[in-house]
Amino acid sequence: MQPNTQTVSSVTPLMVCTDIEPIAAHDNRKTVGEISVDNPRMSCRNVNVFYGEKQAINRVNLDIGRHEVIAMIGPSGCGKSTFLRCLNRMNDTIDSCRVTGEILLDNQNIYDKTLDVVPLRAQVGMVFQKPNPFPKSIYENVAYGPRIHGLSSSKSDLDIIVESSLHRAGLWNEVKDRLDQPGTGLSGGQQQRLCIARTIAVSPEVILMDEPCSALDPIATAKIEELIDELREEYTIAIVTHSMQQAARISQRTAYFHLGDLIEVGETNQIFTNPQHKLTEDYITGRFG
Amino acid sequence: MNNSTSSRPRSTVERVNANLTKRYAKERRFKRMGLGAIIISLMFLVLLFGSIISNGYGAFWQTYVQLEIHFEPEDLDPQGSRNPEVLSAADYGGLVKSTLRDMFPKVKKRKEKRKLYDLVSSGAAFQLREMVMSNPDLIGSTVQLWVPADDDVDMLIKGHIDRHKPESDRRVKDQQIAWVDALQREGKIEKRFNTTFFTAGDSREPELAGIHGALMGSVFTLLITLALSFPMGVAAAIYLEEFAPTNRFTDFIEVNINNLAAVPSIVFGLLGLAVFINFFGLPRSIPLVGGLVLTLMTLPTIIIASRAALKSVPPSIREAALGIGASRMQTVFHHVLPQALPGMLTGAIIGMAQALGETAPLLMIGMVAFIVDVPANMMDPATALPVQIYLWADSPERAFMERTSAAIMVLLAFLISMNMLAVLLRKKFEKR
Repeated sequence: MQPNTQTVSSVTPLMVCTDIEPIAAHDNRKTVGEISVDNPRMSCRNVNVFYGEKQAINRVNLDIGRHEVIAMIGPSGCGKSTFLRCLNRMNDTIDSCRVTGEILLDNQNIYDKTLDVVPLRAQVGMVFQKPNPFPKSIYENVAYGPRIHGLSSSKSDLDIIVESSLHRAGLWNEVKDRLDQPGTGLSGGQQQRLCIARTIAVSPEVILMDEPCSALDPIATAKIEELIDELREEYTIAIVTHSMQQAARISQRTAYFHLGDLIEVGETNQIFTNPQHKLTEDYITGRFG
Repeated sequence: MNNSTSSRPRSTVERVNANLTKRYAKERRFKRMGLGAIIISLMFLVLLFGSIISNGYGAFWQTYVQLEIHFEPEDLDPQGSRNPEVLSAADYGGLVKSTLRDMFPKVKKRKEKRKLYDLVSSGAAFQLREMVMSNPDLIGSTVQLWVPADDDVDMLIKGHIDRHKPESDRRVKDQQIAWVDALQREGKIEKRFNTTFFTAGDSREPELAGIHGALMGSVFTLLITLALSFPMGVAAAIYLEEFAPTNRFTDFIEVNINNLAAVPSIVFGLLGLAVFINFFGLPRSIPLVGGLVLTLMTLPTIIIASRAALKSVPPSIREAALGIGASRMQTVFHHVLPQALPGMLTGAIIGMAQALGETAPLLMIGMVAFIVDVPANMMDPATALPVQIYLWADSPERAFMERTSAAIMVLLAFLISMNMLAVLLRKKFEKR
């Protein structure tokens, strides 16, 4: 059942969360579960990420299917956010960060030297942990993406995009009378939905969500989870979350990261009811992390 | 019993309470010290403003003498040709003198006459000439005219000259005092608002000296400084903060910028002298060179402030913009820059205020010259406000003392209006 006989019980939980050094020890570890899917939207092979000398992600292979929500879970510092940020090359903004390996989006390597990140990020949108609306009006927040990418031909066209994006983000009824007011004046949950509206306004293929509910109360969280479920119809969603309940509620597949390794990946049901790897089981049963 | 209570382990609340008085006393002491510091600095400020205003407000009034001038055709234009050349060359000084002689017919001795002529400013003759040149029809008529009194008379009227001192210690002699008193009795001496101070350039005669030349010099210099240093400083800051890779070279640049901010301003003056005047051959004493030199001096301040302003923009805004596919340029110009602009403006204003008060580098490039004409553009020779203050403070005449303070008041007013403008702009940008 366990391909690796190495025990982790000797490592104290605290060490697990903060120290990425022992990566070399896991070198010949192979991910448990089925990493590939048929006709994937994104496909990652041998992805390594280094921050300076430190390796944060170690040879991760993972496919992300079409119209699925894939949840990435794991203890803090395990590299799940780093991995997520590789998928639209947001790590490029960090000077010391280096990514090797291959990430295909619709069979096109996004780390190809000739690839332009601007259209990539239009295809792979991102929602961040902390709601970060622009300090502009609600309308401008949503209209900004379509405008810079030239997705609308006229003002009325843009109005339609803004309205439908806000509709799909479930925010339209709450803000339709105050579109000209600053987006920063909304409540935390509304701000996060505004950020989602902003992301879907450019009609991406994939939406990356980096702990989108960690700063929100349960009601706002529930709204966003509902929204994610609806968005799955049209988009592929990769979500990083600290809440295992959330992962269980909204995702079809779950990937468990540990110290930069992708330990286990599989159907969400199976991961939460019958984890194959000892580390996954420990994490899910709350023994550490 | 006593012993046992003190040794008994006390509860947390008791221990906290025991310290509480001490903690609050500390807080009160600190508050009082802070308040004291503010009061002391306010006192000095009041002292400074008080002395400047009490010294300087007198300069806004100037003593004038009323003369009844008869424009004698025989003297001014004997041929009656009304030829401007003839009119310009006529002896208006003589006209003033003869008028004064007519007012005090008893004065006969040459020495006394000279004292009499000294009552009226030498500017009176120029005033007459200007009148006649612009309106030749005046010739032949008699006009009641207010002309500026000499600065010594002005000082006497304002009470800055002690009448009880021995005559030899006074610039105004007994006889002159008698004449002035006589004029005053007749209502022919009057203090009027000193428009000359706001419209004229510098002069050797205090009653003819004005701040306008220096003010315009400062305005032109600062316009050039602002036009060059703000865009350059902001561009440099944006490049260094948002685009430049972090490596040894950019570290080296950063260290140098920080060093330049601390270089004494006179060094920039020498640099300007060597580069702009000697190498590029620009003329001396012009606001263009002054502006260039002050640009060099202000750039580091603006770059440092602008970089700090850019740094303070939360990275989440950048991520948000990049995350929906804005290019780096769009991220900076659409989102980061509007957020950083208030901070940049503050930096620019600090730099400009510094530049406005800067004297030393201007001395090196010849903006310390005695310039009578009001500069009309940035290529005309000019001085700047602080240099004018320095020049007047150096002059021996008592009347220049109050003009020095008045010039400081003008400088301060300039500074305050500049800062007000900056605050307004910042408010406007912050609202968006």
